[in-house]
Amino acid sequence: MNLSWMAWTLPTATFFIVIGLLIAGMAVWEYFSPGGHPRVGVLRFETTRGDRLFISLLGSGFIHLAWLGLVGPDLWWALALSLVYAFCVFRFV
Amino acid sequence: MDRTWNNKAWFLVLPVLLLVAFSAIIPLMTVVNYSVQDTFGNNVFFWVGVEWFEELLHSPRFWQALLRNLIFSAIILAIQIPLGVFIALNMPRRGWGVSVCLVLMALPLLIPWNVVGTIWQVFGRVDIGLLGYTLARLGINYNYVQDPLAAWVTVIVMDIWHWTSLVVLLCYAGLVSIPDAYFQAAKIDGASRWSVFRYIQLPKMNRVLLIAVLLRFMDSFMIYTEPFVVTGGGPGNETTFLSIDLVKMAIGQFDVGPAAAMSLVYFLIVLLVCWVFYTVMTNYGEESGR
Repeated sequence: MNLSWMAWTLPTATFFIVIGLLIAGMAVWEYFSPGGHPRVGVLRFETTRGDRLFISLLGSGFIHLAWLGLVGPDLWWALALSLVYAFCVFRFV
Repeated sequence: MDRTWNNKAWFLVLPVLLLVAFSAIIPLMTVVNYSVQDTFGNNVFFWVGVEWFEELLHSPRFWQALLRNLIFSAIILAIQIPLGVFIALNMPRRGWGVSVCLVLMALPLLIPWNVVGTIWQVFGRVDIGLLGYTLARLGINYNYVQDPLAAWVTVIVMDIWHWTSLVVLLCYAGLVSIPDAYFQAAKIDGASRWSVFRYIQLPKMNRVLLIAVLLRFMDSFMIYTEPFVVTGGGPGNETTFLSIDLVKMAIGQFDVGPAAAMSLVYFLIVLLVCWVFYTVMTNYGEESGR
């Protein structure tokens, strides 16, 4: 099957593999600790692990865009900031 | 109550997952791939990194289109929601009038978007359109091809004509589901019309109103066909909303890379708004269910 029209590159493939691994990791986590661990955090509404992953990924997208628009194209710092943000989301949200 | 968990039921989701993969996930992956590359056709691509995103975020054209989109959505929400509630409140609850009103309300929703655009394009023309001709005879300078204000008014009125019915039908469904006992109690207490609306009808309509706001915001934020048919994004770029700009970039200019970057930013904004509305709706549902 010719997939050249999809124009795959190593960085984009890595990006999707990481997202896939995160989702697979969540499934494994759910298998060993079922129920999604719902709790009410700083946002004052109930979130599950899946919600927290979604909030982390969505927020990371905006962090990268904000960094790119306000600081510059060196996105490693944005990635580091996103990891800190994701940690905070999983810890406090 | 103990629930029975059967994880084999997840296999029932598989067909939908496959469908979504082909119709959404694979195209999204392709857009991500295009957004970091440049091409001159023939499936030959050159890596450019985040250049398109950087260019987009510093482009006044993008911010202006986004601002226009937000203003458009705010205006149509500010008009359609109160107007829809008002019409729903005044629709008959029983008798033959119910069917007539429901059919009349459903009619604009059944018309394809490009046909709505064509109707209003002709309707607004000064030479042959009823609206344009009448306004011209009344001495009002109305020309949606040249005047930005006229173009905006036409697009907004067209959207109100097309979509207020949806708000009406949702609100009407909310209103007819209120048990008569509430109104009887209000009558016994001598409640005014305003009190009945404020303390009975509005709280009972809250959920459908949230759905209406969500649907109308998303629809208006992604609007393409109607304004494209009527104004083509003009005069100048005055009614060029994000989706119109995106199509101009991707198909008109064949700038696939920048268009892909813009699509992703657009997608992120839509996703964020969807999540906010979804969260508000589900939490409201849980609170009101307690």
